[in-house]
Amino acid sequence: MSTHVLGDTGILTGRSLRHILRSPDTIITTAVTPIALMLLFVYVFGGAINTGSDESYLNYMLPGILLITIASGVAYTAYRLFLDLQGGIFERFQSMPIARSSVLWAHVLTSLAANLVSVAVVIAVALIMGFRTGASVTAWLAVAGILILFTLALTWIAVIAGLSAKTVDGASAFSYPLIFLPFISSAFAPTDSMPGPVAWFAENQPVTSIVNTIRALYAGEPVGSDIWIALVWLVGILVVAYTFAATIYRRKIS
Amino acid sequence: MTTSQALEPAIRVQGIEKSFKDLHVLRGVDFEVSAGSIFALLGSNGAGKTTLVRILSTLLKADAGTATVNGHDVATSPGDVRESISLTGQFAAVDEVLTGRENLVLVAKLRHLNDPGAIADGLLARFSLTEAGNRKASTYSGGMRRRLDIAMSLIGNPPIIFLDEPTTGLDPQARIEVWQTVKQLAGQGTTVLLTTQYLDEAEQLADRIAILHKGRIIQNGTLSELKQLLPPAKVEYIEKQPSLEDVFLALVGDTVPARKEPR
Repeated sequence: MSTHVLGDTGILTGRSLRHILRSPDTIITTAVTPIALMLLFVYVFGGAINTGSDESYLNYMLPGILLITIASGVAYTAYRLFLDLQGGIFERFQSMPIARSSVLWAHVLTSLAANLVSVAVVIAVALIMGFRTGASVTAWLAVAGILILFTLALTWIAVIAGLSAKTVDGASAFSYPLIFLPFISSAFAPTDSMPGPVAWFAENQPVTSIVNTIRALYAGEPVGSDIWIALVWLVGILVVAYTFAATIYRRKIS
Repeated sequence: MTTSQALEPAIRVQGIEKSFKDLHVLRGVDFEVSAGSIFALLGSNGAGKTTLVRILSTLLKADAGTATVNGHDVATSPGDVRESISLTGQFAAVDEVLTGRENLVLVAKLRHLNDPGAIADGLLARFSLTEAGNRKASTYSGGMRRRLDIAMSLIGNPPIIFLDEPTTGLDPQARIEVWQTVKQLAGQGTTVLLTTQYLDEAEQLADRIAILHKGRIIQNGTLSELKQLLPPAKVEYIEKQPSLEDVFLALVGDTVPARKEPR
């Protein structure tokens, strides 16, 4: 049975990707809010924010916008998983001779694909607005790698929410704090401009190290220790969320 | 069919118990279903029918007792059980975003069958869904959705099929269509275990009927055996009026109700 894990995951991923193609609005909605924030910050607030660097404000805040895009995109993963559970199709899959983990992995891979498309849309708009980078191919790959890790970590949190939610609204509510987290970080303003306790929180929460790493990669500057702190956070969240989700799933299907 | 299968019951349930916290849903259920027969589990809402079906289809673990399906223990070899069964749950388990045909192709692929497209087309034709095949399942009527649901369950010809309240919420015509499908299946040698709260459904379809009440099987037998539990029939003269169902079906129906001989 377990020999079919890959094949079954592929078939089920095809199914949920088809869901996204049938309702591309989920990709558009995911990208619209970050794009609106980007316009707002660049053309309204941006001029008043002193970042203390020579970079354009658009370059400065794009990493945070990308994280917001992913944080709002994973809400749809929880939503789709919840609908499967509600609709009975989940039980059909569970009663069939298919690898049980493939049902979750299909949602995770679909989440990855959908979020990468949303991120690409946001980057395209940023390029139109004047975002420029001299980043090398390696730096781009590193950015992609960090964004993929970030998506996977948040997707497994979304799986927890989707598996344990009682209502549709409950399934996606978890994403609001995640969307908000970049605002209390170095994503939009330098942390040293914040009052003590807020600055302390901003300095020590995962988003700041991730944002600083991506910003440095785009600027072609050394990433310093930020990349290691970011990786520890990302892998840590991923492992904890995955373990938690797998436990809930096992309890659910046994 | 081999001799061993003929001797071995398709489903054997012994002393199954299941509680949810303080609620004792099943309190020691025993019964057997012989291969190729239709077995109806009759009970009111909350009698534990769905819980039992979920245990037999490996979705839930029993607290005590054993159950074998097609010779495989549901607790120790759930994988083999899943190879032998198909479950049609209480709520039509179709993917609403996909078309009817895509739903069938999906299940055929997941069962690792060759030529999923041809299997899908065959089932669409068999369940009169060919015209609707390329429409999203969300546009289907309740009866069509249930037919698609059952069609998805037949893919791969599993020897045992569980139907959990297959006609709940269906209109009379759709109900009769489902009944005809179930009879066809049993005619081909498939073992069918169905749960229902409708007495006439059990009467129409089942070879054997078990009554599940408060977590136990309180009676198990053929229709005539069950009838003998009551005092013999009295002879009364009554004027035979058509029932509202007869009228309704005569007015709208292209389907002839599958009535039994007058009793």
